[in-house]
Amino acid sequence: MKKFSKLSSVLALGAAVCMGSAIAAEPLTVVSWGGAYTKSQREAYSNPFTAKTGIEIVDEDKSGNGLAGLRAQVEAGNVTWDVLDILEGDAILACDEGIAQELDYEKDLNPGADGTPVMEDFVEGSLSGCYVPTIVYATLFSYNNNAFPGEKPSTIADVFDLKKFPGKRALEKKPDANLEWALAADGVPYDKVYEVLSTPEGVDRAFAKLDTIKDSIIWWDAGAQPPQLLADGEVAIASAYNGRIFNAQVVENQPFTIIWDGQVYELDGYIIPKGAPHKKAAMDYLRFATDTQRLADQTKYISYGPARKSSAPLVSTHLETGVEMAPHMPTNPENFKTPIKKNAEFWADNGDELRQRFNAWLVQ
Amino acid sequence: MMATTVEAEGQLTPEEQKSLTADMHRSLRRKKIRAMLLVAPLLIFIMVTFVSPIATMLFRSVDNPQVSEYMPNTTAALAHWDADSNELPGEETYAALVEDLEVGRKNHTIGKAATRLNYEKSQMRSLLTGTARKAGRLKPPYKEQLIKINDGWGDIDNWRVIKRESKPYTLSYYIAAFDMETTPTGEIKMLPEQQRVYLQMLWRTVWMSVLITTLTLILGYPVSYLLASLPMSIANTLMILVLLPFWTSLLVRTSSWIALLQGQGVINDILVWFGLVSDDNRLSMIYNATGTVITMTHILLPFMILPLYSVMKTIPPSYMRAARSLGATPFTAFFKVYLPQSVPGISAGAILVFILAIGYYITPALVGGQTGQFIGNMIAYHMQSSLNWGLAAALGVVLLALVLGIYGLYSRLLGGNNQMSLR
Amino acid sequence: MALPSYAGPLETFWYYAFRIFCGMVFVFLISPLLIIIPLSFNVEPYFSFTEGMLAFDPDAYSLRWYQEFFGSERWMNAIQNTFIVAVCSTILSMILGTLAALGLSRSELPFKGMIMGFLISPMIVPLIISAAGMFFFYSSLGISQSYLGLILAHTALGTPFVVITVTATLSGFDYNLVRAAASLGATPTYAFFKVTVPLILTGVISGGLFALMTSVDEVVVAIFIAGAEQRTVPMQMWAGIREQISPTILAVATLLVCMSILLLSTVEYLRRRSETIRGITPH
Repeated sequence: MKKFSKLSSVLALGAAVCMGSAIAAEPLTVVSWGGAYTKSQREAYSNPFTAKTGIEIVDEDKSGNGLAGLRAQVEAGNVTWDVLDILEGDAILACDEGIAQELDYEKDLNPGADGTPVMEDFVEGSLSGCYVPTIVYATLFSYNNNAFPGEKPSTIADVFDLKKFPGKRALEKKPDANLEWALAADGVPYDKVYEVLSTPEGVDRAFAKLDTIKDSIIWWDAGAQPPQLLADGEVAIASAYNGRIFNAQVVENQPFTIIWDGQVYELDGYIIPKGAPHKKAAMDYLRFATDTQRLADQTKYISYGPARKSSAPLVSTHLETGVEMAPHMPTNPENFKTPIKKNAEFWADNGDELRQRFNAWLVQ
Repeated sequence: MMATTVEAEGQLTPEEQKSLTADMHRSLRRKKIRAMLLVAPLLIFIMVTFVSPIATMLFRSVDNPQVSEYMPNTTAALAHWDADSNELPGEETYAALVEDLEVGRKNHTIGKAATRLNYEKSQMRSLLTGTARKAGRLKPPYKEQLIKINDGWGDIDNWRVIKRESKPYTLSYYIAAFDMETTPTGEIKMLPEQQRVYLQMLWRTVWMSVLITTLTLILGYPVSYLLASLPMSIANTLMILVLLPFWTSLLVRTSSWIALLQGQGVINDILVWFGLVSDDNRLSMIYNATGTVITMTHILLPFMILPLYSVMKTIPPSYMRAARSLGATPFTAFFKVYLPQSVPGISAGAILVFILAIGYYITPALVGGQTGQFIGNMIAYHMQSSLNWGLAAALGVVLLALVLGIYGLYSRLLGGNNQMSLR
Repeated sequence: MALPSYAGPLETFWYYAFRIFCGMVFVFLISPLLIIIPLSFNVEPYFSFTEGMLAFDPDAYSLRWYQEFFGSERWMNAIQNTFIVAVCSTILSMILGTLAALGLSRSELPFKGMIMGFLISPMIVPLIISAAGMFFFYSSLGISQSYLGLILAHTALGTPFVVITVTATLSGFDYNLVRAAASLGATPTYAFFKVTVPLILTGVISGGLFALMTSVDEVVVAIFIAGAEQRTVPMQMWAGIREQISPTILAVATLLVCMSILLLSTVEYLRRRSETIRGITPH
């Protein structure tokens, strides 16, 4: 080991010479999902933050493997991330495992711009110890208008009806949301979906329903794929994150329509990794990025609902196109009639088994 | 050997002989040391940067510290409990559990033990974390209160799982990697059909790799034969067509196949243009097993052609002519004379392509869709998404054993010639 | 291999069938590389030929995707990173690999087979396993998500190529030349640089080019151990193909094909030069 450390210091020296100016001074590493989403965060949070504090932000697109990366870093005692954008379910796991910084919400965050205390301002029950949600987003179906010249699909049941609405379907390559939809399409009331899915018969029933469309499914695993698949005509209907479809509809003028029925909505937001290299700056960033105005600003760039009630009145128009944003929000009452709330706790408990079953089902 | 040469000359005194032999030995040793010193930097480098990372990762496939480390009191208390007794553990075990849960909640470590146990049995995670939230408020005696909080604590099978996984080393990742499970009573049996993944995946990986190897051989053999029999100047020019793909980035080749094969891609457009396929019924040649096979055959074809070519180059054309002149038909001459001599090239190419194919990850991930995934994709999935690193390591061991086994067989067959021909 | 004059009709048929088959395989090998070149000049964001392109309408072609590529900070950064990592790891591979090859070519070296096995193991172990192992180990040393980590990893993956090519060059090496130099009064160092180096140089360089290509093309290990600051061109391509499948990828691909042509020509030139030096004349 001694030999190695000498070797590594020699190599480090060599590498440092090689790199020259590549080493920059103490920027803050913020990990998120990439694409249009990271861009919206950069515009709404990071650029104003840099302007205010002079601290540069480095974007890293690793939230797709966020929890894995964080576990490895904490285990190795070598945390390089300062702020991590993560789904609610994974945030709960991270907090339970002690790899996320615990927060004192009243002290660490700003109250709402209208004076609402922190604990009342965020989506109910979402401040679970380490987590600060920033957006409400939905996974939902949308279709290419060109695929259905006649009658248009409008419900989850229609999506599973290949006779009435022929064409390929694109689904995300994981059981989450797909099993819920399969049951919903099979006639289970939307609020009973998790109850049924907790029983072995319910799981069988969900997979049996998925079987009926299995041969017509193209699987995607990155958020930017479904709009692309719809645009290319590879599929007629695709599940997707609502912000991506919004972007395709409004910015790229694609002829897509969203099926708001059965939208599976969940929260996305920030944690600070335990041992973050620039903890103080990270906490400043967290406070800044999650205040009322910043969350409202983000809706100028992407159609995800702000996780603070006090931000709702400040939502205005899309900066690039001038489109009114409210009708595109998953939380807009018109769109929110028949949603399914993703049960993060259920997936934390049953995810291992259901994913195994799902992978087995894919192979068969 | 040198000493005997000296002795044969017979002109040296015994003393001179002795000192000369010693000199020889010293010089030989010096040469040996010098040779070793030359090799040492790289050997140490590879050991540190490559071999030890792999060794430590493989260790994860049996490493099992979570329960014993984060639930030490429960582990100790359960050591005295007989799992086959059909009786729940006693009050002292429940007391130990409460203590562990309390400490674990405070230090945020109980989640690690809970995640580990959830791999073995669903609901274990919420059983532990849910109870941990309430553990601080409990007063002894604990047993009945715990069962009241969550009846999972009255289920003897849960205790059996905890006891089993409280050992510091485990085989359960391997059991899972072979689609088996350990029942709470300790039997190892196959999982129900609808939950089996890995054996099928492994079988598909092997099967598709064999298919790809066969296809590269079918396409590569005639081409190598042509190249080996053409005059050097023409062969060298044609060789560029083989070497250029070989030198081109894997991602470039994969993305060009996406452009070619997709529904709205070049090949489908051509087929529609010629009216071979109707516009709304385009062929799906990508994001499935077909896409993986076509793309990987293209990527690996040069690895078949190059070793075949270098072997065929050494087969004198006069043999074939001799066979013909002795009356053999072209086919007999080829099968009896040429083919047997090209076997070393076939085996080198086939082993190389097969070993490369079986460990592929990037191409299946990009073009494989649902039916074209390999075992490597499963390893990446458990590394990055499901976060079951022990299982990823166990699958890695299985894959590595397969590759090393085939490679070992190959080097034995070909007399330890390690230099897989590069060109 | 001309068709013999005594060939019958069946043989003639096979002769042409064989040639046509080989021609098709060559088309299969090369067309995917050629097809992306015109596609990368497509004015539309599609992966196929538009009617305008087929009619050679100049308006259907544009440099749009190249502008996007050269105007993107991410891509330019990726090129810089790829260059830094590839150059550093290639130099390291060449030094370590050449030394080891010199040792391996000596008959006195004990455990030669085993040592060779270890040294070329990075070539045999599936990349996904190497990547997973390095992910944990480099994290625990604190060198994941750093240039150093990526350079070390790529050096490990690249050295086998240098070891193999230099060992192959040395297998035809005549040690009498060194002895001759020594007998004429050259010091070992002088003899090494004046006699050994020029003869094995082509092997070292072509091994180095293999190592360079390995690093430039490597994506599996990079996505596991590199961070955002070390993002390389293949990482950016991987993310691009998985996420935003834009023709910018095809523009990058076209540039990479041009680079391959350059590298290939260099290696071929070196190979011929080496054959000439060693007295193997091509026939």
